[in-house]
Amino acid sequence: MRRIGIDVGGTNTDAVLIEDGKVTRAVKAPTSEDVTTGILESLKSLGSTGVLKAADGSLKKIDGVMIGTTHFINAVVQRRHLTKVGALRLGLPASASLPPFCDWPEDLAALVRGGVWMVEGGHEYDGRPFMPLDEAAVIKAAKEMKAAGLKSVGISSTFSPLDPSHEKRAAELVAAEIPDAAITCSSDLGRIGLLERENAGLLNAALAELARDTIAAFDRAIRDSGIAAPLFITQNDGTVVEAAQARRLPVYSFASGATNSMRGAAYLSGLQDAMVIDVGGTTTDVGQLKNGFPREANSVVKVGGVRTLFRMPDLLSIGLGGGSHVALDPLEVGPLSVGYRLLRDGIAFGGKQLTTTDIAVAAGVLDLGDRAKVAHLDADICRRVFGEAARLAEEAVDRMKTEAGDVPLIAVGGGAFLVPAKMAGVSRVVHVEHGDCANAVGAAIAQVSGECDQIFGNMTRVAAIEAAQGIANDRAVAAGAARDTLATIESEDMPLAYLPGNSVRVRVRVVGDVAAS
Amino acid sequence: MSLRDITADDIESLAVGAWVLGTGGGGNPYLPLLNMRALYREGLRVQLMDASDLDDDDWVGVVANMGAPLVGQERLTDSLTLARAVSLMEEHTGYHFAGLMSMEIGGANGVRPLMAAAHLKRPIVDSDTMGRAYPEAQMTSVAVGGLRPYPLTAVDVRGLESVVHKVPTWKWTERLARKICVEYGSVAATCQPPRTGAEVKQWGIHGTTTKAIAIGHAVREAQRRHDDPIAAILAVEPGKLLYRGKVIDVARRATEGFLRGVVRFDGLDEWRGSSLSINFQNEWIVALRDDAPIAMTPDLICVLDSVSGEAVGSETIRYGQRVTVIALPPPPVFLSPRGLEHVGPRAFGYDIDFRSVFSA
Repeated sequence: MRRIGIDVGGTNTDAVLIEDGKVTRAVKAPTSEDVTTGILESLKSLGSTGVLKAADGSLKKIDGVMIGTTHFINAVVQRRHLTKVGALRLGLPASASLPPFCDWPEDLAALVRGGVWMVEGGHEYDGRPFMPLDEAAVIKAAKEMKAAGLKSVGISSTFSPLDPSHEKRAAELVAAEIPDAAITCSSDLGRIGLLERENAGLLNAALAELARDTIAAFDRAIRDSGIAAPLFITQNDGTVVEAAQARRLPVYSFASGATNSMRGAAYLSGLQDAMVIDVGGTTTDVGQLKNGFPREANSVVKVGGVRTLFRMPDLLSIGLGGGSHVALDPLEVGPLSVGYRLLRDGIAFGGKQLTTTDIAVAAGVLDLGDRAKVAHLDADICRRVFGEAARLAEEAVDRMKTEAGDVPLIAVGGGAFLVPAKMAGVSRVVHVEHGDCANAVGAAIAQVSGECDQIFGNMTRVAAIEAAQGIANDRAVAAGAARDTLATIESEDMPLAYLPGNSVRVRVRVVGDVAAS
Repeated sequence: MSLRDITADDIESLAVGAWVLGTGGGGNPYLPLLNMRALYREGLRVQLMDASDLDDDDWVGVVANMGAPLVGQERLTDSLTLARAVSLMEEHTGYHFAGLMSMEIGGANGVRPLMAAAHLKRPIVDSDTMGRAYPEAQMTSVAVGGLRPYPLTAVDVRGLESVVHKVPTWKWTERLARKICVEYGSVAATCQPPRTGAEVKQWGIHGTTTKAIAIGHAVREAQRRHDDPIAAILAVEPGKLLYRGKVIDVARRATEGFLRGVVRFDGLDEWRGSSLSINFQNEWIVALRDDAPIAMTPDLICVLDSVSGEAVGSETIRYGQRVTVIALPPPPVFLSPRGLEHVGPRAFGYDIDFRSVFSA
């Protein structure tokens, strides 16, 4: 197995080559405005030592290029490159008083809201139809969307995670009217909670054009580099999907950068259950690995001010990093950071802003810049600053722990030098080789997943979990996994108050290796 | 009679405060809050009146949603349907309600009566029948008072309308209403048995909407100033700080249509080394510190996010959350022997004598 993993971050584009389970080479290049150039540069740099060539000079066969990117979430946060969306909700007469976009920040709603249509339809918690789908009203809505020039449509329906048939039928009817429409069904994004699921669907629809252009650019960059390999895009849960599917569901790539770091940390350390601290230039992300995957957030996650509920890792971000501002009197580390201007603004590099990196250079921990420029920072100052950074890191790790006992902590990212060797509640701090490219490593090793989140009634708990597992397995295979490699990585069941018949909500997630094409 | 305007900002505070008074249950008031924001944007307004301003022979509508919070998250909550439950009760009884009140101030039902009140242009009476949230209809001050347990109207957004015309006890009200609710799809807008002004004055738990607004206001102000929101609550309410810690285990099971279970915590700060567990039946029922009961119903046990001060519900509490547990004083009506029969620890199956956090 030979794969290239690429992480397109806000500052750097990292790339690694993994051959037979080992990192052969890791490189960094600055991220470019057009994305493509940064990827090309990193691939060129990766190939510059000849690692991509076989003995006879021909290019080695690459099984896959896996790209992780924060591009889509940045578009939402920065309100850029968003498409107007027609929102179609199937649920009348329920929910009329809270139409789609009702809880969006006004600035974002103004950019995305192309119109709202609500028609009869939807299901009950036990799968009974709530109302028959009003197909005539759907067709009328589609004609109005077409007249308004809308090309992106988000469809939602009550209890669609249990029964998506109304959404799927409405999608067919809309596609018949607007053949080139990009349509997102909320059931593709799972999770009970109509507003939050619908919000995720509308954000997804708003990213349709950007996703198409970005993934085409990724494709072009890889082809231009001469590599003939399928392109995969990494997801929030540490798995990958083929480029065509990622183009359809860009919101699933929102948090893939942080997830990839955690997956990479697991891979590089060989630990499956551990805490991970990823110290970047500006922020530190802390999460927990369970069975080699990040623990998921079960609750609402706000993206650009919009409440959403779908597959996202449970992360705590604090303002601590290699570029964090340091004030000595009184002692303060972060949350401000020089960010990507570190090599210009840091004192060791001739700038004026004291940063954590300067302290590390003065203490002899890092060999960067000009040590003479930071010679005035004595051992006591260094000790105090490292102590403060350690306190911040320790608190963040403790907040994210779910067990009382000591657990191992894997430290990755360019700022990992700030993580002390000993911490309360931590059995050992593990630093790994290539830890500064853990995100690209995580991308390179990603697998394919399938999920089921559904309410089961009138069956035993065991039978319900089994049924959920079967559905999740089928979905993973449909997404490109090899069936004989599937393993369950998450199984959670929750009895439901007030619902009769021992109703239980079961969530199961399985992963498997990418099936050979 | 003096009517006070409830401002849009009051409603934001009410949502936060009602969730705190939900004592772990009652459902998050977020969707009713969104509805109220929309109604206020349309120009509708709601006013608040004191129970003491009611005439003895006035009639008051008691408004609540019944059902599974989860179903509400899909169907959302509809203000016209709640208003219809009230109108149906007026049609059925021939009463004209002088005001509407909450059945339970805790959780989403603390905000929902305002949705009906906005449409029907009636004031909200600043009283409720629980002072918090409880899982069953007989766990109210009006049931403790032995008041008439009928009629009840239940409405579904599709135009299904039911009346429970006559029953002998509150347990029967609960049983029949629950059955209708399940058939509707596990959610129903209800108008509970109407109350006279005299009954509300005698048996209502007073000032609870104002109290919820004050708690919510304290939390929101503290958040804005980056102050300690828990201290802010304790500054406006005569509560007691019981414990600060971190969730280390959540065990849930559904039995007889309720969510039961236990949450365990490990202490932080001055409680380091001391463990706490809280048993719940939708709401927090009994808290045990190092295995000894330290707080129990009808004292209000509130589990709050230590940083934001906002309430944490039993359906969504999870591993690792940093929480602060406080107790708030119970409505006096529940402290009588009859009150304790309805909502004391034994009403929830705990064979312990009630001992208030506040009696020490």
